[in-house]
Amino acid sequence: MDFEFNEDQQAVLDAVRELCDEELRPKAEETDASGEFPWENIQKLAELDLCGIPVPEEYGGLGMDFLTWAAVGMELSRACTTTGAVFGAHMLAQYPIMLFGTEEQKRKYLVPLSTGEKIGAFGLTEPNAGSDAGNVRTSAVRVGDEYVLNGTKIFITNAGEAETYIVIGNMQPDRGARGMTAFIFEKGFEGFTIGKNEKKMAFPSLPNRELIFQDARTPAENVLGGEKRGFRVAMQTLDVGRIGMGIGAVGVAQAAYEHALAYSKQRVQFGQTISSFQAIQFKLADMATEIECARLLCHQAAWLKDHGKPFELQAAMAKLYASEVAMRVTNQAVQVLGGYGYTKEFPVERLMREAKLFEIVEGTSEIQRLVIANHILK
Amino acid sequence: MLKIVACIKQVPATTNVRIDPETNALIRDGVESQVNPFDENAIEAALQVKEALGGDAYVVALSMGPPQAETILRDAVALGCDDAILLTDAKFRGSDTLATSYTLARAIRKIGDVDLILCGKQAIDGDTAQVGPGIAEHLGIPQITFAIELSVDGKQVTARRMLEDSFEIVECRVPALVTVVKQINEPRRASMKNVLKARHHEIRKWSAADVEAEDDRIGFEGSPTVVWQIFTPPKREGGRVLEGTVEEMVSELAGEILEIRKSLASS
Repeated sequence: MDFEFNEDQQAVLDAVRELCDEELRPKAEETDASGEFPWENIQKLAELDLCGIPVPEEYGGLGMDFLTWAAVGMELSRACTTTGAVFGAHMLAQYPIMLFGTEEQKRKYLVPLSTGEKIGAFGLTEPNAGSDAGNVRTSAVRVGDEYVLNGTKIFITNAGEAETYIVIGNMQPDRGARGMTAFIFEKGFEGFTIGKNEKKMAFPSLPNRELIFQDARTPAENVLGGEKRGFRVAMQTLDVGRIGMGIGAVGVAQAAYEHALAYSKQRVQFGQTISSFQAIQFKLADMATEIECARLLCHQAAWLKDHGKPFELQAAMAKLYASEVAMRVTNQAVQVLGGYGYTKEFPVERLMREAKLFEIVEGTSEIQRLVIANHILK
Repeated sequence: MLKIVACIKQVPATTNVRIDPETNALIRDGVESQVNPFDENAIEAALQVKEALGGDAYVVALSMGPPQAETILRDAVALGCDDAILLTDAKFRGSDTLATSYTLARAIRKIGDVDLILCGKQAIDGDTAQVGPGIAEHLGIPQITFAIELSVDGKQVTARRMLEDSFEIVECRVPALVTVVKQINEPRRASMKNVLKARHHEIRKWSAADVEAEDDRIGFEGSPTVVWQIFTPPKREGGRVLEGTVEEMVSELAGEILEIRKSLASS
């Protein structure tokens, strides 16, 4: 068993850390507060070939593995949570094309996503299809050489900024998951519009918008993975998406822990730094240990994926554990900073609000536990 | 095709350089290293010249140093340099700026038909700003120091020099050596594809014999510079503001000046 990155992976990680230290982290607060999509950062990721790390080179990617993608995602999220979240959501559009796309779809859609020329989004969730993902009501009908969709998606990350959308419609809404079909939409397709942006507890610069389909048309060749295979497309996409959420959560937790650690070594009470008190030391020790566990789970899930082994169970565990660690660690980080931690002068309160996202999106903690239970009890 | 050499140096990755009190040499052990920041600008300038010529140039990164200096050359290849050469030999140890510029000049001769040599204005460890000009002297070619703008048109090099109180525009013909200041450009970052490609690039290593350097002109033997003492200059004390009427201030100032003159004359 090898816990070291190989030299190629390390070279990429070193370069990413430099980018994070010099450009992303110094303006992370600004990026969050701006309410604007972090295009400047995404542009940099594109220039550095970081928008398609596990995508084969022939499709515009870097031709590396999901482990490298995961490690890079953690660094990005640790430096700038918003950029990390965009990076994670982008993969949700790439991965189903990698997995199910025809040669033509890969050339037309995967290449510009992987070079970072375009940003992607993945639309599954609806007002009545959240945890009940098989209940997609957006109807899809084949008319001539097009598919026509009607319905609304909600909470779609990157929506509005993305050019390429993977949309799950349903050709037989009364048959639930069995009628679900995946389609590729481009921004601006007839009848396809972007709705309102949600005002969230955190991540104001990360768009989560509605996708509105009113007799929206996409060419027949844009069906992804075949008619009525959309549930499978969605579920397999979410397997990788869970690793993506896990790495985002690890990044948030790591950032909060580092703030708490640094603060504890400076803050003086009772004539000594608070890091000299066991009450604080134990918190830091727990944080560091839990983050390490969460990171290793994410790495393991990615490693299994890279080695062609089943990874759904570990992906669910990684997502569940990392997001709950992020919540605990950010909560404790605020506690270490005390009154200052509760103010907006320090980033830990923001990180705590951000951490909550990861327990909810792409399968709530409860859904992850169901997935895990189904695996271990079957 | 224009042949460009960018000279780069590995320096300690800290501005807080420590000096060995015994030898007065820089302590390099246990200190992380990096490429000299001004040399990053030299690489960037070389790459921009190449791009301005539509790619019709060949950029070689050249460094002299211990085997570990290979890292900065690999980074230079990742940034877009076409080739990289490391001058490394135990005989080079102890080289001062004279011996270093001689050695680099020998290497540039060996590379052959070099049109343009780019250097950072100085290294952040030694701060001498002598190696670039030294190379030009050894090669007997024109030099333009402290360039803040640079363009190459055919055989003509034009540079804008940043001086303390003015700018100066200088033209000369190739072959020429130009040292650049930080403000000349914003060094790019290497893309990951290039980083990965550069990992497999062979960094050529040349010894003293390879560049036909004369033994008494390199290393300790070829270095006439003796460092007697290194110290931090005393902090400047703040000036004094004279107060009172103009007459009072002028007479006080004149008195001070006369005092200083007297003390200078007696010392």
